[in-house]
Amino acid sequence: MDKKLFVSSSPHVHGQVSTPAIMWTVVLSLLPATLWSFYLFGLPAVTVVLGTVALTAALEAISNKVAGGPLALRDGSAVLTGLLLALTLPPGLPLWMCGAGAFVSVVVAKAFFGGLGQNLFNPAMTGRVFLLIAFPAAMTKWLVPRGTGESLLGHPVTAYDTAGKLVELTSAKVDAITAATPLGLLCEKGAGAVAAIQNSPDLFIGQLNGSLGETSAAFLLLGGLFLLVRRIITWHIPVAYIGTVAVIAAITHAVDPAQYASVAFHVFTGGLMIGAFFMATDYVTSPMYPMGKLIFGVGCGVLTMVIRLWGGYPEGVSFAVLLLNACVPIIDNATRPKKFGLTKLAAA
Amino acid sequence: MKALTFRGGVHPRYNKDRTAGVKTALLAPPNEVVIPMTQHIGAPAKPVVEAGAQVLVGQVVGEPVGFVSAFIHSSVSGKVKAVEPRPSMSGVPAMSVVIENDSQDSAAPMKGRGENWGKASKDELKELVRRGGLVGMGGAAFPTHVKLSPPPDKGIDTVILNGAECEPFLTSDHRLMLERPKAVVEGCRIAMAILGAAQGVIGIEANKLDAIGAMTEAVKGTSIRVQPLEIKYPQGAEKQLIDAILGREVPSGGLPMDARVVVQNVGTAAAIADAVIDGKPLYERVVTVTGSAIKEAKNLIVRVGTPVTHIVEACGGVSGELGKLICGGPMMGNAQHTDLVPVTKGTSGLLFLCPAEVDTRPADPCIRCGRCVRACPMRLMPTELAKLSAVGRTSESEAFGILDCIECGSCSYECPSRLPLVQEIRLGKSAIHAARRKQSKK
Repeated sequence: MDKKLFVSSSPHVHGQVSTPAIMWTVVLSLLPATLWSFYLFGLPAVTVVLGTVALTAALEAISNKVAGGPLALRDGSAVLTGLLLALTLPPGLPLWMCGAGAFVSVVVAKAFFGGLGQNLFNPAMTGRVFLLIAFPAAMTKWLVPRGTGESLLGHPVTAYDTAGKLVELTSAKVDAITAATPLGLLCEKGAGAVAAIQNSPDLFIGQLNGSLGETSAAFLLLGGLFLLVRRIITWHIPVAYIGTVAVIAAITHAVDPAQYASVAFHVFTGGLMIGAFFMATDYVTSPMYPMGKLIFGVGCGVLTMVIRLWGGYPEGVSFAVLLLNACVPIIDNATRPKKFGLTKLAAA
Repeated sequence: MKALTFRGGVHPRYNKDRTAGVKTALLAPPNEVVIPMTQHIGAPAKPVVEAGAQVLVGQVVGEPVGFVSAFIHSSVSGKVKAVEPRPSMSGVPAMSVVIENDSQDSAAPMKGRGENWGKASKDELKELVRRGGLVGMGGAAFPTHVKLSPPPDKGIDTVILNGAECEPFLTSDHRLMLERPKAVVEGCRIAMAILGAAQGVIGIEANKLDAIGAMTEAVKGTSIRVQPLEIKYPQGAEKQLIDAILGREVPSGGLPMDARVVVQNVGTAAAIADAVIDGKPLYERVVTVTGSAIKEAKNLIVRVGTPVTHIVEACGGVSGELGKLICGGPMMGNAQHTDLVPVTKGTSGLLFLCPAEVDTRPADPCIRCGRCVRACPMRLMPTELAKLSAVGRTSESEAFGILDCIECGSCSYECPSRLPLVQEIRLGKSAIHAARRKQSKK
């Protein structure tokens, strides 16, 4: 044989999972919640989601070009970041603000750190927190779902009026009503203001006003379980995170139900579901080892509840995740698993 | 019985169906054999024949240099054509004895201890193994007599035979257990006698139910038992095998004997029986020839020194274009740049892959997904070790246990970004070993 054969170091076969496939699977898992937001909020939601995704992808492609690569998306990570960012925004946010958020997400939080795999902070969360601080008014202007009073899944659509009273929307054809979110009310007026809905299935199914993808705990849970079943994520972070929130809510609610809302309220409102299943589990910005993941999840849960119950902001998920992101290197350092061969010999 | 296993590991497609049911056939020896002096771990053997000499089947052509080395025997009868460096499966040319086959198959006199080997002393048995040129036949090719000579204070209580055959594609051990179960058991008993071990266990992956059946039948009346193992790679790695079967972890930096165990491949066990009972040295072995680029997949008994080209001819040739030729299995085998290399004692299989199966896609960045960490059977952090190796931070990689890596390749297999993790780790390990050698020379 004259031709030299192709030589490489073993292994010579490779598993089927690829990085782009992982990214697209996560995108897929977010589709039910995304479509639900389209249904709830209509065109303003579609504009925010498609606009943010397109801008994020474009900025990532440009960043790649500037970094010396082709003007293209290497994987699905930019689309995923764009979608995650969009789902944390209120429906109807002006497109240019979405673009500013996208810029902070993929250029400042990601490309500046060296691109995929190098960023310390979750890009989508960084983008959202930037927008929240830069444009607090626009970021807390919440559209009321549907704008009409028709019934969803047998439940009348509900929202809060400006006085914090729960109202059923029965008037036909309203284009846009804005009102506070349940967590906003809790922050301003205490648990009494949300007493009527704090154990309502609406919180779980998601017919209340809020950020696009935060409304439906049910669809986010569905997506999260899909990721668990497909082994894209492990149970450690979501269970530790949501569990911690639940425990703290249970204790505080038991101590003073007038001031502190119920477990169901805290678990199913705000950004907890999307945060616990999709933000805190971001591979790049979360710990790599099981024990570290548990510590990370508990830390996120504690911080989220501290901000929700005693902080100035109504919601603490994005701040909690970002602060814990900063702790990941030291968590990883402290939780490396014990290697094979340091245990078990004497016992046998 | 419940199938046992270890923590970590991966599930590659096994691709064994094509040859698992194919009875082992004798391959006619080629007109010329090329017998390398480096077929084992340790010092290369020294050629003891010169060009022009007449040799017989089983005649010694290479003698060991030092303790960790092995005898090399001729696999045909005929005339020595040359003693010179030739391409070898290790990737670098090796000093080889080239013999022209006279097709007479005249054998050198072989003298074993027969069926009543139990009357022989341990040293006598060990010497028969050493004279037989036995090395580990699972692929690593460590001289068998060295493994059978642990310091007496180790207190070896168990001999484990590795019949896991967790490498995809390979079926040579599977066929051997089906076709020569008695020889495998006798080899295990001899090893137990040499080591003074009371217990023998034959570990077999649960995808080989017929082999489990055949071996269970063959161990009746002995102190050896058959243990089914979960179907998972690298189930046959020594340390994982011991952990799965006995629940003992070989200490970091230690050898199986530090866990009071000696592990032998089932093929090596059969070779021990041949060497001790019949006095037959190791000059032929079972080789699985398979892969989508070979026309007829077979399990063949091949003489050591048979060039791959001869085997390709016997298997109907290459179908289409050959993308990659691998000596061994796809997880730990060595890719060859030429098919002129000869089969050695450690060649368990020849894998012919077509060009479409050769993955040359570039790697993506590490996304810290942790799949390599979960896959690592040694509970190391492959991605961190690979990154440290790549930038030469050896003291840190050493502190994180890079030398504990068994190079099974599970991390690279599992990596969604197709990063060359185990490959980087190999480079890092060899850099550390090279630095140590330099240090000790000073």
